[in-house]
Amino acid sequence: MPKRTDLHRILIIGSGPIVIGQGCEFDYSGVQACKALKGDGYEVVLVNSNPATVMTDAELADRTYIEPLTVDILHEILRRERPDAILPTLGGQTALNLAMELEEKGILKRYNVELIGASAQAIRQAEDRQLFKEKMLSIGLSLPRSGSAHSANEANAIAKSIGSWPLIIRPGFTLGGTGGGIAHDQEEFDRIVRGGLEASLNHEVLIEESLLGWKEFEMEVMRDRAGNSVIVCSIENLDPMGVHTGDSITIAPIQTLSDREYQEMRDDSLRVLAAIGVETGGSNVQWAVNPTDGRRIIIEMNPRVSRSSALASKATGFPIAKIAARLAVGYTLDELRNDITGCTPSCFEPALDYVVTKVPRFTFEKFPSADSTLGTQMKSVGEAMAIGRNLKQSLQKALRSLETGRAGFGADGKDGRFEGASDEELARELARPSADRLFYVRAAFRRGWDVERVFGLTAIDRYFLRHLAELAAFEDEIASAGTVEALVSDVALLRQAKEFGYSDRQLAFLLRSSEETVTRLRKSAGVVPVFGSVDTCAGEFEAVTPYYYSTYADYGEAPRPPRGKATIMVLGGGPNRIGQGIEFDYCCCHAAFALRKAGYEVVMVNSNPETVSTDYDTSDKLYFEPLTLEDVMHIYERERCSGVIVQFGGQTPLNLAEGLKRAGARVLGTTPEDITMAEDRDEFEKLAERIGIRQPANGIAHTVDEALAIASRIGYPVLVRPSFVLGGRGMVIVHQERNLRQFVAAAVAAGGGSILIDRFLENAVELDVDCISDGETTVIGAILEHVEPAGIHSGDSASVTPPMTLSPVIQERVRRYAHDFARELHVCGLMNMQLAVKDGELYMIEVNPRASRTVPFVSKAIGVSLPGLAARCMVGERLRDLGFVQEVRLPYIAVKEAVFPFVKFPGVDVVLSPEMKSTGEVMSLDRDRGLAYLKSQIAAGNRLPSAGNVFLSVKDADKPFIVDVARQLQQLGFTLYATRGTSTLLYDHGIRTRPVFKISQGRPNLLDFMRDGEIQWVINTTEPGEEAMVDEVQMRSQAVASGIPITTTLAGVTAAIEGLADKMDFGRFEVCSLQEYHRHLA
Amino acid sequence: MMQHWKEQRERRAYLALEDGAVFHGYSVGAPVDAVGEVVFNTGMTGYQEILTDPSYAGQFVALTCPEIGNYGCTPEDDESRDAFLHGLLVHELNEPSSHRSQESLTSFLARHGKPALAGVDIRALTLLIRTKGSLRAHLHVEDTPLPEAEAVLRARAWCGLDGQDYAGLVTTPERYELNPGGELHVVAYDFGVKTNILRQLAAQDIRVTVVPARTPASEVLSLRPDGVFLSNGPADPSAVSYAIENVRQLLGRVPLMGICLGHQLLGLACGASCGRLKFGHHGCNHPVRELATGRVEITSQNHNYALSELPSQLELTHVNLNDQTVEGIRHRTEPAFSVQYHPEAAPGPHDATRLFADFRRLIMAR
Repeated sequence: MPKRTDLHRILIIGSGPIVIGQGCEFDYSGVQACKALKGDGYEVVLVNSNPATVMTDAELADRTYIEPLTVDILHEILRRERPDAILPTLGGQTALNLAMELEEKGILKRYNVELIGASAQAIRQAEDRQLFKEKMLSIGLSLPRSGSAHSANEANAIAKSIGSWPLIIRPGFTLGGTGGGIAHDQEEFDRIVRGGLEASLNHEVLIEESLLGWKEFEMEVMRDRAGNSVIVCSIENLDPMGVHTGDSITIAPIQTLSDREYQEMRDDSLRVLAAIGVETGGSNVQWAVNPTDGRRIIIEMNPRVSRSSALASKATGFPIAKIAARLAVGYTLDELRNDITGCTPSCFEPALDYVVTKVPRFTFEKFPSADSTLGTQMKSVGEAMAIGRNLKQSLQKALRSLETGRAGFGADGKDGRFEGASDEELARELARPSADRLFYVRAAFRRGWDVERVFGLTAIDRYFLRHLAELAAFEDEIASAGTVEALVSDVALLRQAKEFGYSDRQLAFLLRSSEETVTRLRKSAGVVPVFGSVDTCAGEFEAVTPYYYSTYADYGEAPRPPRGKATIMVLGGGPNRIGQGIEFDYCCCHAAFALRKAGYEVVMVNSNPETVSTDYDTSDKLYFEPLTLEDVMHIYERERCSGVIVQFGGQTPLNLAEGLKRAGARVLGTTPEDITMAEDRDEFEKLAERIGIRQPANGIAHTVDEALAIASRIGYPVLVRPSFVLGGRGMVIVHQERNLRQFVAAAVAAGGGSILIDRFLENAVELDVDCISDGETTVIGAILEHVEPAGIHSGDSASVTPPMTLSPVIQERVRRYAHDFARELHVCGLMNMQLAVKDGELYMIEVNPRASRTVPFVSKAIGVSLPGLAARCMVGERLRDLGFVQEVRLPYIAVKEAVFPFVKFPGVDVVLSPEMKSTGEVMSLDRDRGLAYLKSQIAAGNRLPSAGNVFLSVKDADKPFIVDVARQLQQLGFTLYATRGTSTLLYDHGIRTRPVFKISQGRPNLLDFMRDGEIQWVINTTEPGEEAMVDEVQMRSQAVASGIPITTTLAGVTAAIEGLADKMDFGRFEVCSLQEYHRHLA
Repeated sequence: MMQHWKEQRERRAYLALEDGAVFHGYSVGAPVDAVGEVVFNTGMTGYQEILTDPSYAGQFVALTCPEIGNYGCTPEDDESRDAFLHGLLVHELNEPSSHRSQESLTSFLARHGKPALAGVDIRALTLLIRTKGSLRAHLHVEDTPLPEAEAVLRARAWCGLDGQDYAGLVTTPERYELNPGGELHVVAYDFGVKTNILRQLAAQDIRVTVVPARTPASEVLSLRPDGVFLSNGPADPSAVSYAIENVRQLLGRVPLMGICLGHQLLGLACGASCGRLKFGHHGCNHPVRELATGRVEITSQNHNYALSELPSQLELTHVNLNDQTVEGIRHRTEPAFSVQYHPEAAPGPHDATRLFADFRRLIMAR
């Protein structure tokens, strides 16, 4: 069936900011959908609040709304755009939930908008636990014993009827399993049920019998409206049931099912789609299988493109999102060509002749008080994928892709903690799913425990354990060579070690040598990898898209001859983590786009399956490989690259810069030496002096005594951190000697090297400046002013451009410094400066001559692709010739706000600090500053109310300002609540508040009020770095858990009040597309 | 373990191809050399079904899926009474981990006396076959040394599969019956029939009498069948001229259904041509369109020969969407149809199982 001609304008809903459970996979799917639908001649309207996405680039859709993803805003967009249809299946759970709300409120009907991809009926069938269960039973599938509850009482009744612990609790209508958990007893059960009811959009939880220890599988299914269905990819979880699939190590294809079992699972997966009523598109169906008798139970299905779909796309080469978008407009699978072979249809099931491993990336180090045990609620923030010719190789590559400092499955000198565990601890850690469990498995095998014993504790399938045991044992085989020279002379053994996936770093560790020596000798022995294609067909047909992975085998495939004038390698950012996310992928993609357009052949290397950069049509050639020196150099040499770009992918490729240079690669743009110089404190200080800008007084300490001496010299409060960090890791503000002593002692004990100590500039205004330079000309991208005062990590702070409070004189000085630093650091490419203004004086905090987190936001605000231009500069072009010589002055306001994962880590304090904690960001645009800020809050999920009850509690330093704030709030119609101190203060100024008990003072206290829905907004400011009161932490956690907006800085409150007042004047939010904003740029 | 690793990396066994290429590996099956034709199969499950599919007689099957043996073997998954292929080629071979497994793949291979090579660069071998077409080869796994050049010569010296009647080698020696209580009666010619075909026929409430490949049409008719089934089988259909002749005699006198070789025989009996594909279809992911409905099925395939130039009395019913080859035919006037692919799956998707019900309907319509 050809495409539908009754549709003209289609609205695509994006997934909003990156949060745990919803990462950049939906940028990837959105980009594919936009391209596909535009390519098919439809007018595409897009809405997404996330500026760091490629999909929100003005070139991609016909009109792009960077607006909050709420029903009200979507209503405005529908009113304005009148699309014929909405495609909600490519924007994750966010888009699906929004579509459902629009449908339920009758808005779709009013505007006569059709849902394509999935009908409301089908979404309901899949998402409503009870409906889903009934449907599954009706087609004869088995389900765990279970029931759904809307209250604690109902929940208890179900628990009784199931009659055994543990029980699994899952809330309905959430993403990433928010609020779910495993309860082993009544107490845990009550707590999780309460959280689940709160997290669920329809106040529903499903309670079910535990399938802990069962094997877990997924099937990615595509279906078209003619009923043709295919399994794109099958996935087996290494971690058995009990761990959220997003937190599990997963393997494709399924490894341990016989054809009979596999085909029955396939049949049932197809039946599930048909029964749910998925007319077109991709869905994922999850299964649990009892390892002792094969009993199979359906877990759930998602009637949309998911994180697993992104993985499946990258694992097989089958572009699920693109095909799903085209199926939604009426094509059938057999009408669409398989891009990879170019000659066969998309109606087929990819055959893999390799093994794909995905390993989740966690950031528990950011949330030390969070429980690191993995369960049914997703906690990982990213993932790495690797492709190998066998399981061992694939797994080792995935582990060394994780950017956790590991070189593979152990054998890299970082196993002390695991090997040193007592038998008891080891057994406990094997039984407890965690980010490190695999390394405990290795330690167990090294200790001589056998597969059966480890199986008894982990329930990881023996198939996987045997491979792991073999790897652990093979270390001795390698070590038995004695020396690197001896290993290299036994070429067969060396080759075998490489086939097993050992990196040169591991070989160096096992043979007490250096990576460099191993690499050199290995190459001289002729043991080098060959490359295979990801071709969807296991070699049956020739692949026309060059998408490669490395392996060790007898023969490789010749690289496709370059078509461009020179080959440039762009290094991606690896797995997402806090501090390094989609922003860098955005930059890498833009570098690729710009260089391709300029006639270069672009080779992309990355290990993150969620990204647009690992889409096979972003670059000319895609290498899905770990971002290590060894792996990258093999590609560099094979492709005869003439240069490599490291400054766009964040810290990961930057860390490789010097090694690459030493290994003979040409690093393009700002030199590694200059990048290092900017990070070297002494060098940088000299440079700042030369340029004539102040820095906060500072020093470097290696011991507690040195630290104390420095602090007393420069004065408290001080900002302390271990050297070389990204994302503000381990950075704190310290007000007292006692705390400094503690921090430094801990850092020294952890082997943190040197400790950097800066005078902390209290209440300073912070600035971010992004600029671009070709070595001669430097142009400012934008000056961003932070809303929050200094002391909060720049990645966590809301920022505004053009700056709100900076005088033109200060701005001019900022510009001059930008030019000076760019010149002195010989910047070729991008540069980011962070400055602070205190009492009219500018201080330089740091300069990073590379892409920063704010580059996508700035690019979007000014309508210029900074990374694209930077890439062109790096290959020798001039800004003058590229037509970008002047800073863009914005006739509107752009605000960036951070989004936090606190809701995933119950009990973790939500207060902002110099340690970056946000996972994503949103952008809002408006002509009015207040409205722009207010929109940014709403977009970030901090849904400030227009009316209702506000609870006020501020730190002493803010007390003088609170009276004004309170008065304005009252004028806006809010009712104020406060504890005794604040209440009295306000009363003295004639402002009436309702008194509330502190948590420790009696009941009903603040927590009760919040739980009962009496408080609509919590304003609670605290001193950064001060130890928070237990009371306050509890209060803030409750607010997060109950979804009550919380504002933790006075600046944030002021900006919000301005916005609320403006909104009241104007009556409603107005929406406007990015393309329209850009039309107003000079 | 250490001894195993040593054998693995020494890779003393090898496969020598007629074009001179040699692929090294280590022996994991019976220690007997063999000659055969190399084909690759891209299915990701079902090695045991492949091993026991008589259609692979005379062939070395290279499995492109890299980790093999993972779920072991069980008699339930046997597709015939023996393993008929000449050898198995894999990347990695594993010990089983499955509640269904009763035997490891290594032991299965040894028990059936089949040589097998692991540690082979299957992808390179696959690309070679894709480029050059199916190749004859000598598999050397015995301990006695054999120069590679000599092995290449032996590969070249082998007569190959063209013009060879392998059906006669793998067919049942004697007639037997299944599902005696079945409502209808079908005689199934065993040219190398897979058990799951017989199971599927029985599931249609059919009593099945399986007869040897050379059973004359008259004898079949004397059994008074309601229908006759032409099974799959190995090698070259044009070499089983006796079967083509039998089909000619049966056509129009009794409803016919054919699968794979049986499909080719029906085509040849009606005057179609049959030729060799470059490297055949062996896998579980081939899209086939049913022309009448437009529906696409993902099918299990295993054949090197295909029909072409259909005569006017044959209607093309199914087409392979990858290469547009003939996948199904129906006689325009007589009750007979056949498909090139394997609706009985085993291994592979079950999308086309309903063809057995179609056969039942065809019989009932008489």
